[in-house]
Amino acid sequence: METQRITEHPILGVPEKGALVTFTLDGKEMQGYEGEPIAAALRASGILKHRETAKLHKPRGIFCAIGRCTDCVMVVDGVPNTRTCITALKAGMKVQTQYGCSAEKSW
Amino acid sequence: MMNDRSKDIGDFLPMPDDDMIICRCEEITKGEIRKAVHDGMFTMQEIRRYLRAGMGLCQGQTCSRLVKGIVAAEQKTNPATIAPATSRGPIRPTEMKTLASEVL
Amino acid sequence: MERYNLIVVGAGPAGLSAAIEAAKRGMSVMVFDENHKPGGQLFKQIHKFFGSKEHKAKIRGFNIGEELLKEASEAGVQVKLNATVTGIFENKELTVNHDGAIHHYKGDSVIIATGAAENMVPFEGWTLPGVIGAGAAQTMMNLHGVRPGKRILMLGSGNVGLVVSFQLLQAGCEVAALVDAAPRIGGYGVHAAKVARTGVPFYLGYTIKRVIGTEKVEGVEIGKVDEHFKIIPGTEIKFDVDTVCVAVGLSPMSQLLKMSGCKMEDNPRRGGQVPIVDEYGETSVECLFAAGDVSGIEEASSAMIKGRMAGLRAAYKLGYTEEYIMKDTEALYAKDLDSLRQGMFAPSNRGKLIEKTDEGIPVSMNLLTKGFVSDEEIEQYPGVTHQKGIHPVIECTQNIPCNPCQDACKKNCIKIGACITSLPTVIPENCGCSGCGMCVASCSGQAIFLVHEDFEPGFTSITLPYEFLPLPEKGTVGKALSRSGELLCDAEIVSVKSAGVFDHTHLLTMKVPNEFGNKARFWKLVKE
Repeated sequence: METQRITEHPILGVPEKGALVTFTLDGKEMQGYEGEPIAAALRASGILKHRETAKLHKPRGIFCAIGRCTDCVMVVDGVPNTRTCITALKAGMKVQTQYGCSAEKSW
Repeated sequence: MMNDRSKDIGDFLPMPDDDMIICRCEEITKGEIRKAVHDGMFTMQEIRRYLRAGMGLCQGQTCSRLVKGIVAAEQKTNPATIAPATSRGPIRPTEMKTLASEVL
Repeated sequence: MERYNLIVVGAGPAGLSAAIEAAKRGMSVMVFDENHKPGGQLFKQIHKFFGSKEHKAKIRGFNIGEELLKEASEAGVQVKLNATVTGIFENKELTVNHDGAIHHYKGDSVIIATGAAENMVPFEGWTLPGVIGAGAAQTMMNLHGVRPGKRILMLGSGNVGLVVSFQLLQAGCEVAALVDAAPRIGGYGVHAAKVARTGVPFYLGYTIKRVIGTEKVEGVEIGKVDEHFKIIPGTEIKFDVDTVCVAVGLSPMSQLLKMSGCKMEDNPRRGGQVPIVDEYGETSVECLFAAGDVSGIEEASSAMIKGRMAGLRAAYKLGYTEEYIMKDTEALYAKDLDSLRQGMFAPSNRGKLIEKTDEGIPVSMNLLTKGFVSDEEIEQYPGVTHQKGIHPVIECTQNIPCNPCQDACKKNCIKIGACITSLPTVIPENCGCSGCGMCVASCSGQAIFLVHEDFEPGFTSITLPYEFLPLPEKGTVGKALSRSGELLCDAEIVSVKSAGVFDHTHLLTMKVPNEFGNKARFWKLVKE
């Protein structure tokens, strides 16, 4: 599936994960583990860009990974500014790249 | 002396790194911050209100220290002499509907 | 409005320790944490801690975290997660955002233990996806089991930069280089040495010029800096990386303390905006305390003690413990804290260049500027001896408070003594080593090796600590690497030892030609 998942860690062993579920990213079907942060599922699949900024339309992605910097926000199930690094993935979640403050790219 | 406005800090001189983003949330550049000091914004509080640096979603978590350094450098002084911005509740972004559901 | 004898803000090591101390004495305690899991940064620390037995030395950070959580639950401490304290008002009233509403709480005493946040250094391209804080790398690898990238450049040579670089290697990532604008490494020499010996180059006196890429990180360019930290043209070096990690220090998250109106100060030695506190953590507001990194950047071991001291003081002030008990316990904690604040990296020594160890041995400048001790320099240290038969070789070259190696050796080959910052010494002749390897596995700095200079005719055997996967099998021929990560010679694995007591530190024994016996300190399988 993905090459960036650690299958066995020398100290932590095999990571404990929930069930494998599907979700969509901009309409495309993706897979991840239930309960892990959406950002982790995206990073594991090689997705780095989460949004484009409002003013200068620049790409942004994970920066602090602990819900403090808000660079990783995306539109999740219709709610913009959702911090994907601390929001748990659920089966059937609709994740969209955020442009400014919405899923609609107005530029 | 804190916030000494009588000091002559000279004119604003454009520098090659002026377009470097400093406040990531509000996309404010180093040049804009430096120019703001020359516009008369001397304290962190004034910079924040004038430019919105530190008012974005992260509330200055990432940029405050950097902004302070730039403001101090522009005033040719030590960052320790720049008064920090006021900490006012709510210290983390809170949704309106949460604020409206206050449980006393 | 709910009222508690003690409200703690932050369920990290300092906050939990404070809560345990107070709850044990009968106080009603509530801990609020904005995250969905407690433990702060502790659960991301997969390395063995330093210090002495009392400081939980030799135990991995996340295991200490689990012990702390268990103790907290047994003491009856209540922890509310996903609860963000949004403000502190008069009379220690707090507003907390949880369950979709703002709730008010009142604490007879309040301890703020909100920890610290990472500093940043802006450079061209720093906002591109792929540039992350070192903490973010740790979170992704150690909490979520995802590699932050394939090939990483690390900026920052303090303990965070060094430790996270090693963790990246353990997670299976490549570390292209470790860069710092400072002329010398900021963190422990042993943390640097274990990264350097795997082949990661150190670039001290360099900083990042720019990140290359339009939609994400595709490469990075570093440049040498002059005395004003400006990049010297013509010194640029390019690296092919997909991730840049920034580890340039921490700043206390002291907004709540500022809001409370207590006296604050801008203290660069303590990390920035910190409250002015007495030795027990009490601020200028009665019964309002600060504990852990928020009152001054140190590390987890000190945070736990500072938390206990604040919890104890709060208990005393509210009448939950008698003065003489408080004084006795306080003295014990203060002594513990003091023993951690000794040695080369003591807070009081911050910024100073220490040129000699306490024993008078010159500090290795190679270590400080390149990340490894040179072959000539290593011979000066009391842990390095040459003798018949198998014996420990301890490449511990800085005075830091740490002594698990002394306790590990049942044959009394290793001595540190009462002052735990002393360099460990090995009995220079016929030390009596049985080759059990406990010392190798117990050294949190992975700085101890077992060397047998007459293992076989012409060959020396070296037993080294190995915390990587896959574990090689006996008989595999790989390459031995020097302290600087240079490939030296072929090396056959003669034994691989794993044991529960080693706690995931496997002992790899390799044999090398005698001439490399004093140089070879790491092993890699190199595919031709």
